[in-house]
Amino acid sequence: MNGLWQLTWLEIKIFAREPLGLFGTIGVPVLVFVVLGRLMRGAGPASPEAAFVKTGLPVLAAILMATSAVVSLVTIIAIYREGGILKRLRATPLHPATILTAHVLVKLLFTAVTLALLLVAGRRYYAPDTPGEMLRFAAALLFSTCGILSVGFLIASVVPTARFAQPLAGVIFYPMIALSGLFFPIALLPPWLQMMARVMPMTYAVSLLQGVWRGDPIASHLWDVAAIALFGALFTALASRFFKWE
Amino acid sequence: MNDPVIRVSGIRKAYGSVVAVDDVSFEVQRGEIFGLVGPNGAGKTTTMECLEGLRAPDRGTISVLGLDPFRAGAALKVRIGVQLQEAQLQKRLKVGEAVRFWASLYASPVDPGVLLEQLGLNEKRNAWFMTLSGGQKQRLFIALALINDPEVVFLDELTTGLDPQARRAIWDLVRGIRERGKTVVLTTHLMEEAERLCDRVAIIEHGRVIDVDTPRGLVARHCPERVVVVATADASARQRFLELSGVEAVDADGASMTIRGRNPGLVADVIQCVSRHGITVTDFHTTVPSLEDVFLRLTGRSIRD
Repeated sequence: MNGLWQLTWLEIKIFAREPLGLFGTIGVPVLVFVVLGRLMRGAGPASPEAAFVKTGLPVLAAILMATSAVVSLVTIIAIYREGGILKRLRATPLHPATILTAHVLVKLLFTAVTLALLLVAGRRYYAPDTPGEMLRFAAALLFSTCGILSVGFLIASVVPTARFAQPLAGVIFYPMIALSGLFFPIALLPPWLQMMARVMPMTYAVSLLQGVWRGDPIASHLWDVAAIALFGALFTALASRFFKWE
Repeated sequence: MNDPVIRVSGIRKAYGSVVAVDDVSFEVQRGEIFGLVGPNGAGKTTTMECLEGLRAPDRGTISVLGLDPFRAGAALKVRIGVQLQEAQLQKRLKVGEAVRFWASLYASPVDPGVLLEQLGLNEKRNAWFMTLSGGQKQRLFIALALINDPEVVFLDELTTGLDPQARRAIWDLVRGIRERGKTVVLTTHLMEEAERLCDRVAIIEHGRVIDVDTPRGLVARHCPERVVVVATADASARQRFLELSGVEAVDADGASMTIRGRNPGLVADVIQCVSRHGITVTDFHTTVPSLEDVFLRLTGRSIRD
């Protein structure tokens, strides 16, 4: 893992120099969170809007955060491959895994930063939670992001050019969010869509985050944790099998 | 001089049904600039990437500094320097950050600041990669290839897309690398570049090595004929030129006579003949065959086709 911290630090600086990428990763989830929160603040305490703000919105913002991190990762890998940057790095003593791990670390860091910003922005709508609960939510989010990043790596392995990377990632991830149980219970879906929802790590990430947000102990969501870990390992293995450096 | 640092024997590499490299063999001696020369698509880059350990050949063996590049990649990568064809870096990576990061990957790198100074990039050290000119980018890639003080440096199509002035500046840099006692392997499709820069060249076409020698040796072997053009009104001159040893033909076209022969001393012989017989000459020039002509002779086509 020689060079991992240097490369991670370098990629953080490079990413921060791209204003649009920074806005997409950090700005969009915070903006969605604040705007929706304000729109629905006037609703009565027993209305469905109020319920959404209470539990749905934080999880939606968290999932958007993870997804934009993954879409950004897919795009960056595709651009680096097309530009020969991956190949040039592979001609150095860096271990191939180090090159990709650095990008994962950058994405996790920006996810953590965005979450911190959300907490600051959300102080008005939510009673201050105990720090322990927020740490559990942060841990659940970073873990879920890792699981979803593995799907991103699989897409990045097969996407032919940078031009396709972003739309393709969108086409795959936004339906995953729609089916994840975030907006309506999975049980209401037709059986074949239920099947699809069950083989996507996004579904388990939503279930885990919702549970942790409600205050469930992680122990009662071990099935979600196991599913995310399993899918993460599976997609990472597939990605490393099919990954192209050029 | 028989101290090969690279031995390539019988390598072959196919992509699907397309054979990129077919039975290529050559040796590179320590301290020389060795060129793989041929048209685009001849298999130069594939050969190079096998030497760099980025690809494994389907058949044949390669030894670079005594190591198998693909199997002993990690041990070899710290001892070689690599510049890849059409490579890019992160658009918003600064020049100084790039060399410092590369330096951090090796146990005993050269001083990044000194290297940037030597390559004329010092005032660009805070510039983003995307803002550099083509020549500056290539100089940065040379810097990255030299950062670990490598024993062998691989340069793939180093001057493609550069203007003649930037190209000449890069040639001087490459000669400088050789002067530091390093071995350089480069690919080029520019015959002039090969002729001016390389100590020895391997001519490659359709994935095969056609011949290996010094540029001068290749010319002497494949295009030994010399051509001298003399303009004179002296009608007796033609017969005198024909009598010179090694002269094969003298074509007269008005006052201009084109003398063809295989004698390496043809030019001197013609000058002597002109002065001995007091022939009045109004114009005189010679045509020396180049690697371009060698390529044409060996392959039946021009490299630019």
